[in-house]
Parts: sequence; structure tokens; C-alpha cells
Amino acid sequence: MAAVDLLHTTHQSKHQAELPPVQLRNVVRQFGQQKVIDELNLDIAPGEFVALLGASGSGKTTLLRALAGLDSIDSGQLRVPLARAAVFQEPRLMPWKNAWKNVVLGLDIQNPHARALEALTEVGLAHRVNAFPATLSGGEAQRVALARGLVREPKLLLLDEPFAALDALTRIRMHQLIIELWRKHTPAVLLVTHDVDEAILLADRVIVLEQGKIADEVPIDLPRQRSTGQHGFQGIRARLLGLLGVESAGQAGVDKPLVQENLRRFANVR
Amino acid sequence: MPDKPLDTATLDDGFLIVDKAPRALEKTRQKRWKAPDFMVRLLSPLALLLIWELASQSGLLPSRVIAAPSQIGGTLWAMIESGELATHLWVSLQRALLGLSIGVAIGVVAALITGLSKKGEVILDSPMQMLRTIPSLALVPLFILWFGIGEFTKIALIVTGTTFPVYLNLYSGIRNIDPKLIEAANTLGLNRRQLIWHVILPGSLPSFFVGLRYSLGISWLALVFVEQINTTAGIGYLASDARDFMRTDVIVICLLIYSILGLVIDALIRTLERYALAWRPTFARS
Repeated sequence: MAAVDLLHTTHQSKHQAELPPVQLRNVVRQFGQQKVIDELNLDIAPGEFVALLGASGSGKTTLLRALAGLDSIDSGQLRVPLARAAVFQEPRLMPWKNAWKNVVLGLDIQNPHARALEALTEVGLAHRVNAFPATLSGGEAQRVALARGLVREPKLLLLDEPFAALDALTRIRMHQLIIELWRKHTPAVLLVTHDVDEAILLADRVIVLEQGKIADEVPIDLPRQRSTGQHGFQGIRARLLGLLGVESAGQAGVDKPLVQENLRRFANVR
Repeated sequence: MPDKPLDTATLDDGFLIVDKAPRALEKTRQKRWKAPDFMVRLLSPLALLLIWELASQSGLLPSRVIAAPSQIGGTLWAMIESGELATHLWVSLQRALLGLSIGVAIGVVAALITGLSKKGEVILDSPMQMLRTIPSLALVPLFILWFGIGEFTKIALIVTGTTFPVYLNLYSGIRNIDPKLIEAANTLGLNRRQLIWHVILPGSLPSFFVGLRYSLGISWLALVFVEQINTTAGIGYLASDARDFMRTDVIVICLLIYSILGLVIDALIRTLERYALAWRPTFARS
């Protein structure tokens, strides 16, 4: 795979900056006869937070990998900014480099330590600059990965189930952090997730993918600081779960807590 | 289940009940003097030495089978004092280090070629895999015919013995780097040179050290053999010379030196690893 020079691509002309950073037209990716992504059209506006939901095998990850430049497409047009960063489910830090060196890895800049410190301060890890990844907790490592992505000032931030491996409390804190950082840096964000609640809490728009096609798009117009108890939240949740093939509690007419427990389990399935 | 009821725990009607007195009350019992750990450890070897010495003194163990510890000690002291031991040791060390460094260098270069390029792997890997199965000591007759019985043959044998452990381990280390890290490096925009320098080489370093340990061991092993071919100096020469004169004390001293050198080298590599692999979980947490 050709390594793309991300460093010298941040200065884009004004004309380019006004176009949507992500534009996909009739994109097809197939493995053998099976089309994993099938004639997909997608636009993401500058600074927009989009969540991508879908069952396993719906093509979510393939789409994200194509956008990250880790996979090619077979036909169609794909336009993504070269200034992009990805955070995966595992932090993927280099174990032999301490936190700050991981953050600025591959960057050719003046005073990398100061830049790294700045980025780590943003994610609340100023006290861990010199720590090796092996000594970081799961949440800390994921925050370093986030700092590593954001220090590159991406126009597009790709998040591939970045909170799936974290415990529930850490996940809540990470949700707050990601919103904070998104507001500050204003990249367009594409979040791939299995967690319906997470998608509704974070995104401006939720896209449901099914067999490589967009099954539906749901704009989330709930005011922010969102919470699951918010008015309208459960309605959107039921609609999304319906799109994902799960009957919601109201329709099924079974004991509510039990069904919700099952739905939650489904939503958290990896 | 023990017949006697436990001091602190009783089993009663399906419950385990634990009732312990606070620690402070046991203070008087803990104050009793205990021998340091290393002294206890030394006890059994010392006893063994004592039995050996007594057996030798009483004539049960004749010195042509093995010399008495006291005699070995005396000879060792004499050899140290006269500088004889140091001379032989220095010659052996030079041979081992020269052979080892050439062997390791060849192994590293070959592993980098096969590990980092597909073409290199196709061209170089199968000959390396074929050569590595030949025991290097089986090459002795051929090497003597080719290079004579001089120093060159000795070094060449150590080189052939030490190349392959480093090659095999480093090669597999390079190939077994987590592909997810390579992917991460690609998304971070690292070019090939940066990828090798920041990801592949540090990632394969632990495997390199495994290979280096093997090579060091083999270099000493090879030394014992090569120093019996037409030599006038070296630990191996000392041992084979002692055999001709039935000096079991000198033979034991040579064995002792090999084992001490093994310990020293192991400590050396451990220190090196502690520095170079400081990021590993076992080191990083301490």
C-alpha cells in the first residue's frame, strides 16, 4: 500500500474546503462474487458527525477501511481528504514508544515534544507523557490513540468501534471527551459502532447499512448534552432497532425490562 | 479434609467460618532469627563439596577419576597467579567474539533481506533453510581441507554456528509483527523507511535477542571443538592438554570457566535487554 504523505496536504484551497470532505458515488467493493459495498452513495459535510450502524457483515468496516486508505474499491468514485486519521477498537500504539512519541510518530515538525504534550493535555493525559503503552489502562491507551489522530489536524476522523473494548464508566467519559474534541477541532467524523445508544448520543446523523447499501438515514436533531432519558431518544432508538431487525419493546408487548435487556445485549454485541 | 479442626477456620453446617487473631499478637514469634535465603541455598552445594573432599582424602575417589576440591582450588590459584589462565581465557574470548560478531552480522543482514523484501525471501530463504540444517561441526573436515588448520578455520566454524540462530529468530520476528501495527503506521502516513525504523526493527528486537542468546551459547560450544585442532592457547586447548596429562583438576577448572562465562554472558544480555526492551510489560511495570 502506498504510504500517503499526510503532512503536506493540510493546506487545501478554499474551493476544496467548501466541498464535502467525503463524497462517495456508486462505490462497489466486492470479494469474489459478493458485493460487500454495493453502489453506495454517501456525502459527509464538513464538521458533520456521522454514525454508521449495521449488523455484522453489513460492510461497515470495509467502508471505513476504504475511507482510511487501508483498502481499495473496485468501482465508483471516492473522495476523501488526505488529512484523515483513524482510531480503531484496539489503540494500536507502538509498544516500544512512550506516549508522546506515539502521538507524533511520523510527523516531521518542529518541537514534537511540545506538540505531543499539547495533544495529550487535551485528552487529559499530561501526566502520562513518558509512559509506555504497557503501563496505560485501556481508556488511557485509547485516549493516546485519539491524541495521535487529532494532532494531525484531520479533516476526517474515522472511528472504528473505538469504545467497544472499554468498560461502561470509561465509555461514558470517552463519549464526553470525543464530543469536546470534535467541537474544538471540527473534523468530519465517521463512527462505526454496534451500540445504538452510542450512535444516538453522539451523531448528527445515523446511517444504517445493510448488505452494502444504505438501508436508511436518521438525522438526530436532539439538542446536545444528550442523554438516554431525553424526550425523543427512545423513539429514535426504537426506529433504529427496527431498521436493524430487532422489534422494539412497545411493539412486542412482552415484559419491558426483559426485552430492553435483550436489546441492550444485541446493541453491545461485537 | 484434615482430621484435626483448623486453627482459624471451621466448617460448620455448610459455612466456612474464618476467625483470625490480628497480626500484632504474633510479633514475638516472628522475631526469631532466620538465616538469609542465600545462605540456605548455599548449604547443599557446600555439603556436597565437603563429601567430595572427604571421599578424595580417604582415597575413595582417586584423582585420575576426579581431583579433590582442595587440589582444584590450589591449581586454580596457581594458574591465576602465573597469568596462565588469563592468557588462555583472552585468546578464547577473542576467537569467540570475532566469530560471533561476524556470524551475528551475517545473520542480521540476511534476515533483513529476507524479512523486508519478498524478492529477498524468494532468493535467500531456501538456501538459508537448507544450510541451517547442516551441523556446523560436521563441516570440520571440509573446512580443514579448504582453509587448513589455522585460525581461519576456527573462526569460520564459529561463524557458521552462530549465523543461523540470529537469522531464524530475527526473520520470524520481522514477519510476525502485528499487522494491525503496520496498518496503524500506514494510516499515520509513515513511509517505508520510517516504517522499518520505527515499527519493524523495534518490533523484532525481542526475537533478535532470543537468537543472540542461542548464538552466544553456540559460540562457546564451537570453541571447545575448534580449540582442539592444532592450538597452543585457549580454554579448549587447556582442557585437551590436561586430558593428555590426566590432570583432572585442570579439566574441572576449564568446565568451571565455561559455566561462569555462561553466567556472565547471560547477565550481560539481560542488562542489554533491560535497556533496549524497556517498553516490554515485564520491565515497564517495575
